[in-house]
Amino acid sequence: MERIIVCIKPVPDPKHWDRVSLDQATMTLKREGIPNVVNPLDRQALEAALQIKEAFGGEVVLLAMAPPFAASTIREMLAMGADRAVLLSDRLFAGSDTLATSRILAAGVERIGAFDLILCGNMTLDGSTAQVPGQLAELLRIPNLMHITKIEWPDPKLCRLTQRIENGQIVWESAPPLLISVIKEINKPRYISFLGIVEADKKDLTVWSNEILQIEPNLLGLAGSPTKMAGLTMRQSRRAKEILTGEAEDLARDLAQRLVKRGFL
Amino acid sequence: MNAGKTDRRELWVLTEQRQGVLAEVGLELLGKARELADQGGFQVTAVLLGDRVKGLADELIAFGADQVLVAEDPALEPYRLLPYTQVLTDLIQERRPEILLIGATALGVELAPRVAARLGTGLSAHCIDLKLDDQGGLLQVVPGWGGGVLATITCPDHRPQTATVMPGVMKSRRDPLRRGQVFEAAVDLPQDQAGPRVVEISRREPQGLPLEKAEVVVAGGWGVGGAEKWVLIEELAALLDGAVGATRPPLDEGWAEESQMIGQSGKTIRPKLYIGLGISGMMHHVVGMDQSEFVVAVNQDPKAAIFEVCDLGLVADLTELLPSLIAEIKKLKALD
Repeated sequence: MERIIVCIKPVPDPKHWDRVSLDQATMTLKREGIPNVVNPLDRQALEAALQIKEAFGGEVVLLAMAPPFAASTIREMLAMGADRAVLLSDRLFAGSDTLATSRILAAGVERIGAFDLILCGNMTLDGSTAQVPGQLAELLRIPNLMHITKIEWPDPKLCRLTQRIENGQIVWESAPPLLISVIKEINKPRYISFLGIVEADKKDLTVWSNEILQIEPNLLGLAGSPTKMAGLTMRQSRRAKEILTGEAEDLARDLAQRLVKRGFL
Repeated sequence: MNAGKTDRRELWVLTEQRQGVLAEVGLELLGKARELADQGGFQVTAVLLGDRVKGLADELIAFGADQVLVAEDPALEPYRLLPYTQVLTDLIQERRPEILLIGATALGVELAPRVAARLGTGLSAHCIDLKLDDQGGLLQVVPGWGGGVLATITCPDHRPQTATVMPGVMKSRRDPLRRGQVFEAAVDLPQDQAGPRVVEISRREPQGLPLEKAEVVVAGGWGVGGAEKWVLIEELAALLDGAVGATRPPLDEGWAEESQMIGQSGKTIRPKLYIGLGISGMMHHVVGMDQSEFVVAVNQDPKAAIFEVCDLGLVADLTELLPSLIAEIKKLKALD
């Protein structure tokens, strides 16, 4: 194995999502003060990459498209064991939809150079589209597989992948290069060691702007995104929200009576 | 191939099949497509890929298709991403549909991004609602941020406007008297297909009443507290002739099965009665149950988010309430 690229994304910590509010004027979400964490599934992707590296050698390179503040989240993933990182960061990238984002990541991959595998989390927590891995693979003209729960190597040039589908699974065989997106079941990511944290500071974290990537500006950001945001609302419930408190036994009796009244009993 | 080409703009639904079995969501999408087509003057085209699958076409017409475009080739069975992508994008480039709808299944969410990227068109994910604007543009409502935020996505300048749609959200309607036409598309795939090769497919039919078909769903979360208490969830569901659902933690703990998960990465349900027990009410669960007719929630934390999205909420300790409720229902049933 020569090189494995792991795509990662800093996302606002879901523990604080109740603090997200809406700016109707700009149709954006206000997320000030909410700390970032690495997208949870990206840890599984990195763990899978590190296991492959331990078996076959090669370097593990992190790739992220994010604002400059993402550097601290990326350092954390370097501490987990990745060898180096590339952060794609430019004001021109802001507002990119999944296709424009995939173009930027594809340019980053091409600049990094030859690779055997790209590993991604199946989806990110914030957007949850699960679209970037497939779009990136298409732009790079390499095959991809989603929902992967197991990666095995019958020989170093051929991997066997288990894919979760509805009510079952499919086992695939494929030769690199290949993009794989993984789901939670694939592994338990390792803890970050103190030594890892110390070493992470010495590892290379390169930032590439569009002056380096040289993508046509009309293919980037809002202008380069075929999808547009036409509206944004916080979900509101129309339900009665009748809340009862009291002794459990009384509540149970009350509920049973209401189920009778509504014809469920 | 100009067969079936009319002046009417086409609204396409990829009607997924695996091993000759149609995915339910494709039929649901035909139901929605029919509604949008009648409103916006589209022709509904069901697109069916596989090998020797033409026999399924009549069923697609019954569910709402004006025409069925069948692409058959041995390389399309079983499903593989690259041949599917090629055939579907070739058909799109030839016939230029306005809209393409794909079910957000394992197959659909893998296929849609590649197709959209190859065509350079826009794609929205896991839609829970679809509408048309005044100009016939597709308004795609998608949940974000765990479902707490609803965004409306459009694709003004590129075609087809492409969306994946959550299974279970749209309603299918079957009319055996509907008439439609079936066309066979010419498939031009190289004999030697690159890309991953299928080694083995294993599937098992889920046991019992499927969650998405049940009129009553009793769902449990982390607050249920253990496998030995989970049996009470199952007992309550059985007493109500219902199915058992779960949030993520009971799955991780091994109390419940994957097929029982409700929410953004699980199933979307719309039962007459939903009872949520020990469920905190995170949005990624709520998006899967929010269309239930009557929602009952039990949680010992009065500030639990589930109380914001329920019709009736009981603030109670489950270990006390659940045995009482089961005893009460047994008593009532004995009286019948």
